[in-house]
Amino acid sequence: MPSDLLNRRTFVASVVAGFSLAALPLPALALTEAGARTLVNNVVSEINRVIASGKSEAAMLRDFEKLFVRYADVPIMARYALGADARSATQAQMRNFTKAFQGYISRKYGRRFREFIGGQVTVKSARKIKAGYEIKSLVKLQGSAPFDVTFLVSDKSGKDKFYNMFIEGVNLLLTERTEIGAMLDRRKGDLNKLISDLSKAG
Amino acid sequence: MTNFAGTALRLCIMALALFVAACAQTTTVEQANGAFHDPYENTNRSVHSFNLGVDKYLFRPASKGYVKIIPDPMVTSFNSFAENISLPGQAVDYLLQGKPKESGIALYRFLINSTVGFAGLADPATDFKVPQVDTDFGETLHVWGVGEGPYLELPLYGPSTTRDAVGVVVNLFTNPLDFAPTRPVDNLGLYTEFVRRMGDRGRFSDTVDSILYESADSYAQARLIYLQNRRFELASDDEDAYLGLYADPYSDPYSDASDPYEDPYAE
Repeated sequence: MPSDLLNRRTFVASVVAGFSLAALPLPALALTEAGARTLVNNVVSEINRVIASGKSEAAMLRDFEKLFVRYADVPIMARYALGADARSATQAQMRNFTKAFQGYISRKYGRRFREFIGGQVTVKSARKIKAGYEIKSLVKLQGSAPFDVTFLVSDKSGKDKFYNMFIEGVNLLLTERTEIGAMLDRRKGDLNKLISDLSKAG
Repeated sequence: MTNFAGTALRLCIMALALFVAACAQTTTVEQANGAFHDPYENTNRSVHSFNLGVDKYLFRPASKGYVKIIPDPMVTSFNSFAENISLPGQAVDYLLQGKPKESGIALYRFLINSTVGFAGLADPATDFKVPQVDTDFGETLHVWGVGEGPYLELPLYGPSTTRDAVGVVVNLFTNPLDFAPTRPVDNLGLYTEFVRRMGDRGRFSDTVDSILYESADSYAQARLIYLQNRRFELASDDEDAYLGLYADPYSDPYSDASDPYEDPYAE
């Protein structure tokens, strides 16, 4: 039947068109400098909103974990923090480790945010780096000199997310890789023990 | 001591530092990846245990008491005072680094804060938008080409390197104010630095506690944090050199899985 054929042909054509469209670069969806800046600004204002909410510490820490998952590329961060041991880990171990890592980071750094109440974050500059963008900001706290905080943002996860942070040159991921390495050494390299302890730590 | 003696001391120490720096060095790339040279690790770890004891039983309680009793604005004032006392020394260091402009700014800040700023208790220079300055003799040695040298944890003082340890001693004991004909006490800079550190220890006690007491290896954490922060400070004049070396977790050797489907970011 002609109409059927036509339908099928239209169908084939649109599939082909769809594929070639997908192969084309889509500048509108790619990570831009403005997008990276917006991401940092959003994170900062969301964190301030949680701090200002006046909830209990436990509730705030749960909110921070949600923000962390939404705005950060947690799987790549967890993988980096685990270092060489990530290669020998099973998929299930990686999944559990990532989950434990996300809670640990949220609790550990979420508790610190209290010291930064009333702090102001100003985005100073953005520049292209290999994996995405580097956003440099200046943080002003009451009674101390302003300090530099740099966020690294990438869209390699499929969404614009940040994957590392430097506070006055101190690399968060590297610091955590050292810490998690030390925790693993203490447990004689037992990853399962580390995972169960990490879900309580921080 | 006279000014001449101070200069002579600086020169002797510089010779010593150059000698020490001739020993093994880490490259800039290694440094950006947080590499360290720690041949004295055993000794350093003993010093670290000692420092932890001092902190736990003396410095931490004293600092927490200090920020609890003294109102916050006064703690800020004492910090400003300590900062102001260090400015003449910073002016000298900037001169030695061949930066007359920054040296002038340091002196200008000192002049404003010492007069309008109630002997440095207030910080009107910042309100007047005079640029911030921050240097030390360790940085001067860095500018002169002295490498960082092995990592050192100093008793009572904390993390340092052989180069920066030299700087610390020089800065604490050769503050130009110590050579002034009239001065309240000898080594004023030493005491103000102590007070400033107490203020910071008290104010950021939770953060410091988390590094010193909640870490699986507080020695390794302190070492990594100190070295990264110090390298960042010293590289700030040459930012591109530093920033070009970011370790990229997306191209990290450890996340290079042999099966590309295992690693969503493999290119």
